[in-house]
Formats: sequence, structure tokens, C-alpha cells
Amino acid sequence: MVESVVMSENLIQLQRELQQQLPPEALLTHPAQLTPYECDGLSAHRQRPALVVLPESAEQVALVVKRCHQLQIPLVARGAGTGLSGGALPHREGVLLSLARLNRILAIDPARALARVEPGVRNLAVSEAAAAHRLYYAPDPSSQIACTIGGNIAENAGGVHCLKYGLTLHNVVALDLVLADGTQVTIGSEAPDTPGYDLLALLIGSEGMLGVVVGATLRLLPQPETVQVLLAPFDEVTAAAECVGAIIAAGTIPAGLEMMDRPAIAAAEAFVHAGYPDCAALLLCELDGSGAEVAAAVAQVSAIMRQQGATEVRIAATPAERALFWKGRKAAFPAVGRLAPDYYCMDGTIPRRHLATVLQRISELSAHYGLAVANVFHAGDGNLHPLILYDANRAGELAQAEQFGAAILQLCVEYGGTITGEHGVGSEKIDQMCIQFQDQALSQFHAIKAAFDPHAILNPGKAVPTLHRCAELGAMHVHRGELPFPELERF
Amino acid sequence: MADRDMSEPLQQQVMVAAETRQPLLICGGGSKRFYGRPINGDPISTVEHSGMVSYEPQELVVTVRSGTPLTELEAVLADAGQMLPFEPPHLGEQATIGGSVATALAGPCRPWRGGVRESILGCEIINGRGERLTFGGRVLKNVAGYDVSRLMVGAQGTLGLLLEVSLRLLPRPAREVTLVQECDATTALTRLSQWRQQPLPLSGAAYLEGQLWLRLSGSEAAVTAAQQQLGGEPGDDHFWSQLREQQLSFFAGEAPLWRLALPADLPNPHLADSRWLIDWGGGQRWLRSAADRATIQQAASALGGHATCYRAGTAAGEHDIEPFTPLPPPLLALQQRLRQAFDPGRILNRGRLYAAL
Repeated sequence: MVESVVMSENLIQLQRELQQQLPPEALLTHPAQLTPYECDGLSAHRQRPALVVLPESAEQVALVVKRCHQLQIPLVARGAGTGLSGGALPHREGVLLSLARLNRILAIDPARALARVEPGVRNLAVSEAAAAHRLYYAPDPSSQIACTIGGNIAENAGGVHCLKYGLTLHNVVALDLVLADGTQVTIGSEAPDTPGYDLLALLIGSEGMLGVVVGATLRLLPQPETVQVLLAPFDEVTAAAECVGAIIAAGTIPAGLEMMDRPAIAAAEAFVHAGYPDCAALLLCELDGSGAEVAAAVAQVSAIMRQQGATEVRIAATPAERALFWKGRKAAFPAVGRLAPDYYCMDGTIPRRHLATVLQRISELSAHYGLAVANVFHAGDGNLHPLILYDANRAGELAQAEQFGAAILQLCVEYGGTITGEHGVGSEKIDQMCIQFQDQALSQFHAIKAAFDPHAILNPGKAVPTLHRCAELGAMHVHRGELPFPELERF
Repeated sequence: MADRDMSEPLQQQVMVAAETRQPLLICGGGSKRFYGRPINGDPISTVEHSGMVSYEPQELVVTVRSGTPLTELEAVLADAGQMLPFEPPHLGEQATIGGSVATALAGPCRPWRGGVRESILGCEIINGRGERLTFGGRVLKNVAGYDVSRLMVGAQGTLGLLLEVSLRLLPRPAREVTLVQECDATTALTRLSQWRQQPLPLSGAAYLEGQLWLRLSGSEAAVTAAQQQLGGEPGDDHFWSQLREQQLSFFAGEAPLWRLALPADLPNPHLADSRWLIDWGGGQRWLRSAADRATIQQAASALGGHATCYRAGTAAGEHDIEPFTPLPPPLLALQQRLRQAFDPGRILNRGRLYAAL
């Protein structure tokens, strides 16, 4: 259900001003034009914005932000709209600011191994442009063909190579930023550090709450000389989970280390025929480096996999086979999507050592809620993506799926993890923030927000819940020693 | 390693100071006291607050109290075949992990393994209101809430007294090799720019007095291959610890010592009567020069970097030391508001970074 749009007097004034100051194509006001912006990748949350603005320059962005600040009009920035947490969900009385037209790659600088880009540049386009110099941009969220750098920065996006190459945070060196009052500043630099506080770290992952990014300088890495992928099936989830720890404990940091459980394997196999065996759990391990280095690592990792109970270890013989190994994993979401009319993708992180226990608990919750779940997992860095299957056309099932999801996130916190590893809080996990953070920490977040955005115009209502909201949800808190779902067995 | 939790007395001390608006001077081991503006305040010491809170080697994560001595922490990690990725300079036997995080100082490997900010995953702090707050966590991927842990790195305690930090670790490399190539500075910077575009297992690159020093770290196979590719004479591995600890003869003497952070490919700026040591593959330059502060800081700023008066030497008076490059007014204003958000009374290390912070 889409709520109707409300045009306040201030909004009407802003619209009039922008009609005079921006080119006509930069402003969308007709309901039919607004509809495509009513949700991001979390399509269960929808809201049509009052106004969509599509600026073409940093100056135009600054103008819009400044006027929204002065008129106290909510403003939500949006990249490609592929986010999975509703971070770009519009405000009914506000402006939806699309950065899609700021989409130029300004420079690839091989001597500094940097790329200077506008925020609307697609993630994959950076690596494509850098490839001429045998460089690439490491963060590779699964939506990289479509998602934009601006959105990646807002969410501190990850991908399958984070264990070795880090998140967006580790790969951005400077941002051109429009602050809430329209002031333009640069934070970070092309030198290794800047004096004063590390605002760059604070801004990355701040979900559009602290400023609007109008330019970014990205660190590029040399393409690895050699890449190899190993595939190992296991009869027990526990054995696969322990194998992950054993590989890392032996001193190898794989470029990627992914795990899938039986439902996910079966779905992927049925969809893309990657040749995955029928097994309880599958590990995919990518190793990169020089030729000799990879050969040595392949020998070491295969031996560990066998020791840990892999029923076989397949080593991709050709680049085509390597791509096939990955194909099933990369198609896991749409593959699972074929099993049910709808699926809900979760994003918790746990310490790796609790993996087997947490998967067991998730399967208990699955039985409790009567909804199936498939697990794909960035195993190397402990980032779980349970996919909950449901049918939105069945009364109450969406609500049931959301409750199941919330229970999984609570479980992640209980085991010393977090409610979001790479998708962000957005509008989706706002209630779970009350579980992960104490009131004083939430108050500190609000104080940070106020230091950047005193009128709270930027993405209001996202990422950090009000204490009032948390108080209302009080019953959901994990109190010390008191676990949720006491009716469930624990083992 | 002594296991002592002093969180409560430390919190009490901050709460009392917050009430009376009494400035506090946060002290660890004192090894980095020289770094920053000289300030006054009632001392509040973290040295008794020490010990490992959790360490699971297979998670590649350690959680420690801020007063834990660096030497002891590094020994425990080394026993498990692991290390802090950022190779922290100790600069004194009493150095603590809290001081490393607060000052954000990192060793020669910084461009390849990241600095403190790349390693920190979570923290517990006492803010200027005397509240104990926990941010981040003990997992590698975590985007819930603003990244306050990384904001603490380099804030020198002005946003909160560090109680605990969780840090990401790396396995120790199987092999390390030091190489030395004779060349001039221009050639060295050109080579480094070329190598930045190649997948090499570099973990150190410094240029001093006609010699380009290189360190390779990694698996046996990777290091051997890179050694053949790059060439050069074998060098003394101690060079890197001496560089990190500022024990090379370059660092001796009373001339002011400056640290410039610059885009790595640029030549050294022209300054009269200057001696240079290039570190971090070009990103960090050490400078001995008697030139005045404005000249040096302007030269660095003009190249897109900044300059810090690392040690003022004997010539400077206590009260005219302003080590850090001034911030542009909108950024200073923003940082003042941020400081206010954590410590409204400005009681924690007031004026340590800038007089106005």
C-alpha cells in the first residue's frame, strides 16, 4: 500500500524555486514519474516521494540541499536504488534526490592507483575503466553491475572479497561532500591521512544521514596474477564450518570463502546446473596471488579441506570451470527466488566459531515460523545471508517472514555478532538497532547526527531509532541472561 | 599479562570531572606524550586497565583493554602466529595499545596492510559525560550504527577515553626479505609508482640517502618470485624496526622533525636546508628542517597533503607549538560540533589536537 503524498507550503515553495533554477528535466512531479522511486531493493517498504530531483552537478546538489535545510524539508538521497534495507525509501513530505546523473568517471590515475568518480558511477564501471591499467576496484557487492559508488559509500558495501580486501571503507580515500546546510567540503585526501578527526570513516556507512556525497576518490588494486577456485562438499554443516576456521588458522587469507547449505545448493543447481554435488554444505574458496603462491596455497587448502572431512575437493581446471563454480553461488538469490513467490534476504554477522550453532538455531526458527529458509554465507568473514521463503499473497505471511527475520538478527546479536554486515539498517532493521545498542549509545548516535544535520533533514527516520521507539519495543530486548523464544529447545 | 578491569574507577573519575568541568589529561604509558599540543589537566591513567578480554586466533580478532602494553600484546599474538596489521611504533617501552589507537600511528607496512583505522572493529569508551558506551563489535563486517570505533582512531582521546578495543589481526608472513637498490630519489619514486600497479607482496618501501629499501612479506613462493622480479642486494631486516622506532641516525639530533603525508607519487617539495626520508612507498615523508611552520605546512598543502611538526626540537618554546596543519574553517566548525556531541564540557584532553577542539 502506497501512502499518498503531502505537499506542505514549504514544499510548494521549493518546487517553484527549483523549477526556475534547474533545467526542466531535473524535476519530476507527476505521480507516474514518481512511482519508480517509491522503493529501493527492499520492495516490501514503499512510499511515493513528494518530489524527485535529478541534479547534474555538485552545485545543483548543494542548492537543493541548502534550500531543504532552510525550509526544513526532508531529503533522501538515492543511487541506483538496489539497496536491500530500505535506506533510499522516500519520505512522503520530502525530496527524493537521485544522484544517477552524476555518473562520470573523472580520472583513472595509475601512478597513484586511484579513481576519481562521481557518485552515480556504477560499481563495476570503475573496474572496467581501470582494467586498461590492470587495476580494479575491490568491493564487489552482488549488485555491482547496477549499484552506484554513492550508494556503496552510504552503506559501506561489501561483497565476496572482503576478508582479504576489505569493505568500501578500506577502499575509499576521499569524499566531496555537501553538508546538510549546503556547504561543500572535501574529507580525506590523496595523501595517506588528514589532520583532525577521521570524518571519512564516520561518513562511510552513515546511510545518507550525515551528508550527500558528490564525488569520491577510490583506491584501486593491481589485478592478481593468478586466481584459482576450490569447491568442497561436506556431509555435515559443522564440518564445513570448522573447515573455514581451520583454513584461516593455518595462515592463509583466501580472496573469497563462501558457504551454502543444502536448500541453497539444491536451488542453485536446479537453476544454473553448476555441477554442485548433493551435500549438506558446500565451500567455495578463491585463492589469488602469483602463480607459484596460488599453487602452494591450493595444495595447502585442499589438504585442510580433506582433513576436515570434505568428501572431495574439486579444483577448477579452466577459467570456464572456475566461472561455473562461482555461477551457482552468484545465482543463489534468484535461484532461491524460484522456490517461492517471495523471499526475504537477511544480513547478520556472527563470529565464525558459532556458525554451526547459529545455523541449527535458524533451522529451529524455520520450523517454528513454518517458513523455509536457505542459507548462503560469506563464511570467511562471518556474514550470513539467510533467505526466508514466503508468499506475500497469503495473508499474514509477509509479517511472519519479517518476524522470522527479526528473530534471526536477534540470534546474531546473542552470539556476539551484528544485525547487519553489509546491507545497512535503513528502514528495515531500525527496530533491531534497539536490541544491539543501549539507549546511551543510541543517544550518542543522535548527537552525532545533530552535529552534522541540526534540522534532521537528511534521510530522517532511518538507521538510528528514537529512544521512544525502542521503549515501545522494550519487550523485544535481549536482557542479560534472558533469551528470546524461551519455548524453543536449546542445544 | 596483568588482567585488571579498572572501568568503574575510570568512569567515576570522568563523571566527577564532567560535573565540575575539570579538564582531564589522559595518560597511557607516556611513550607518545610528545605527539600533539602540550596540554594541562588532571591526569587520568589507563595503565592499570590492562589485559586481554578475548582472543580466538581462528577469528583473527583480539579484544584488549586500552592499558595493555604493546610488547605483551604482540608477544601473545606472535605465539599464535599472528600480528597487529599496522605494525605500531612503540616509541618507548611503556607503549600501550590504547595509545596506538588514540594516536593512529602506524609502521612501514601502512600502505599495504592498512593503518589502525583499517584494523579496528569495535571499542568501548567513556565519553565526556561519563557514559560507558560500546560501538562496533568483534566481527569483520558490521554496518549497524555510525562507525564510532574508527572515529576514535587518531582523536587522541578528545572524543572519549578508550577502555577496550577489538582489532582485526593477520597471520604472520611465512617469509620476509629486505632488498636494497642504489638509485636517486626520482628513480625511486618512479619505480614505486610502477610497482603500485603490480601485484607484489611489498610490506615496506623507504628511500634514504641514495638507497631504496624494500621489504617483501608473504608466502615462500610469493616472496621468492618478487625478489627475482625486483632485484637488489639483500639488506638488514633491522632497518624496518629502526625506521618504525625512529632509531636510524636520520632521526638523531636536535633539528625539528616533520612528518609530511603526501600523494605517494610526488617529488619532495623544495625547501631550503632540508633532509628527507621517504617512507610508506612515498606517502609519508620525514623531514629535518629548520624552515618555519607556515612554509612547510603550505608546501605540503599545495601538494594535496599536510605536515605535522612531529618533534619540535629544542628551539621551540613550550607554548608556541602548534603541530598540526590548520583545518579549513567549515571542517573545523564541524569537528567542534562533533567534539561537543561526545564531550560537551571539553574535559577530555582539551586542546590536544587544536586549541579550539
